[in-house]
Amino acid sequence: MPILETNALTRRFGTLTAVDSLNITVEAGEIFGLLGPNGAGKTTAIKMLTTLLPPTSGDAKVVGFSLSEHAAEVRRVIGYVPQMLSADGTLTGYENLLIFAKLYDIPRQTRETIIRDALAFMGLADVADHLVRTYSGGMIRRLEIAQSMIHQPRLLFLDEPTVGLDPSARRMVWEHVRQMRSEYGMTIFLTTHLMEEANSLCNRVAIMHLGKVAALDTPEALKQSIGKEGATLDDVFIHHAGSQLESGGDYREASRARRVARRVG
Amino acid sequence: MRLQEQDVSRGGLANPAAALTADGGLSAITGFIRKTLVIAELEARKIRHDPTDLLTRAVQPALWLLVFGQVFTQIRAIPTGNLRYIDFMAPGILAQSVLFIAIFSGITIIWERDLGIIHKFLASPTPRAALVLGKALSAGVRGLSQMLIIYLLALLLGVQLSWNPLFLIGTLVAVLLGASLFSTFSLIIACMVKTRERFMGIGQVLTMPLFFASNAIYPVAIMPLWLQIIARLNPLSYQVDLLRALMLGQANAGDVAVDFLILIAVTAVLIVIGARVYPRAAT
Repeated sequence: MPILETNALTRRFGTLTAVDSLNITVEAGEIFGLLGPNGAGKTTAIKMLTTLLPPTSGDAKVVGFSLSEHAAEVRRVIGYVPQMLSADGTLTGYENLLIFAKLYDIPRQTRETIIRDALAFMGLADVADHLVRTYSGGMIRRLEIAQSMIHQPRLLFLDEPTVGLDPSARRMVWEHVRQMRSEYGMTIFLTTHLMEEANSLCNRVAIMHLGKVAALDTPEALKQSIGKEGATLDDVFIHHAGSQLESGGDYREASRARRVARRVG
Repeated sequence: MRLQEQDVSRGGLANPAAALTADGGLSAITGFIRKTLVIAELEARKIRHDPTDLLTRAVQPALWLLVFGQVFTQIRAIPTGNLRYIDFMAPGILAQSVLFIAIFSGITIIWERDLGIIHKFLASPTPRAALVLGKALSAGVRGLSQMLIIYLLALLLGVQLSWNPLFLIGTLVAVLLGASLFSTFSLIIACMVKTRERFMGIGQVLTMPLFFASNAIYPVAIMPLWLQIIARLNPLSYQVDLLRALMLGQANAGDVAVDFLILIAVTAVLIVIGARVYPRAAT
């Protein structure tokens, strides 16, 4: 049984259809990427799948629970790292995890161990008791991922997990995401506008353009499908969407992306 | 390429969903209360890391009591019956400083929305009303620090405070309730306006009328009729009434009960509205 299955999932904002009849299936244990430029509808899709935004029409089964009927159950079995900065800078790393451990009903007896394990797993054991505002961007991202895994979600949503990070911090986040999959068997659903990220991290990639999935397959198969020697995912995107991957987005998107980049950078 | 899905209940982590659906209503209620307190705990931890805000917040009520209060007590310009003016106004200034903290507390909602913190809370299995009530109590935590400061100042100024433990507890509850009421009102506004600038503008527009159209620093009886009507509709008047009765130890059980009921009812209505609009902050 697939761990995530969407059925004509659609979201409209006024006359704009941000996500247009999305049909995708994610199998347990894979790293699935939604690739597209800013404004393609990736964040809208992830917000619907994490119960933050009600769909205009359509539905999805997330770990077996219907979004529209069992939102509360969905919330228990998923983890979510928003695109923006979501760790609290005025608390320590440990406290950030502690608050969420309590919100996810992790029993008092195991709380401390689970939090320390998650921090160690993400390489943050040494700075656990420092205020998060003293962390680097990469450390904050890893803390946020640690925060989202303490309740052992079956399915983890990462919205642009490496936006605003420098290449070495980015690689470190990728390494941890791979480890989470291999050590805990977690399924990971991420969005990205970086070809390299989709290419090296994801088992399967859906290319999203103007709210629709333009193509969906393994990165290798996608590159072969356009019949061009040495094709990259960017070529695949241009082939399907007729425009550059890095373009797109409006003023608000751009200002938000830069604000995030400035804070995590 | 497919990986076998492993058993996720590692390290004694039982499936929380099963644990929660197994038993019914009572655990839902205790769960609700527990999570509300977690949100308030978050605020208390923040204050512990950086208490400077509490000190700067103490300046304004100190000025009101020391300058305005002293002067008006001397000149006896405001008829307050058999109460000295400073006794009359001290509870009003406590209500005022709690109001100021609470009415601007919504700015953190906008801040947390811009960052993405709200998104994470809303994607967690925490009841929306518990998130909103937790935020309200967070403002209450800050309000309690004002209570401490104003009691110290009032002692210094020789205000005739009551030290009856029952009245002290009553005052504490009244402060929590007032902070909850106005901070939830603030949260609702924050969820609607969405930008910091607009929110600050609305906050400024609201605080002064709420403060001056109340019985905080003069009795309702000396107001013109139209203002008296507004003062009667203003929840702050009931909070001031309550604080005055409890702090000065002149409580009449019936009046206190009515004030409490009105404040609880308004807060409850606001929490219900807040729980509906709060999730929109993440859309």
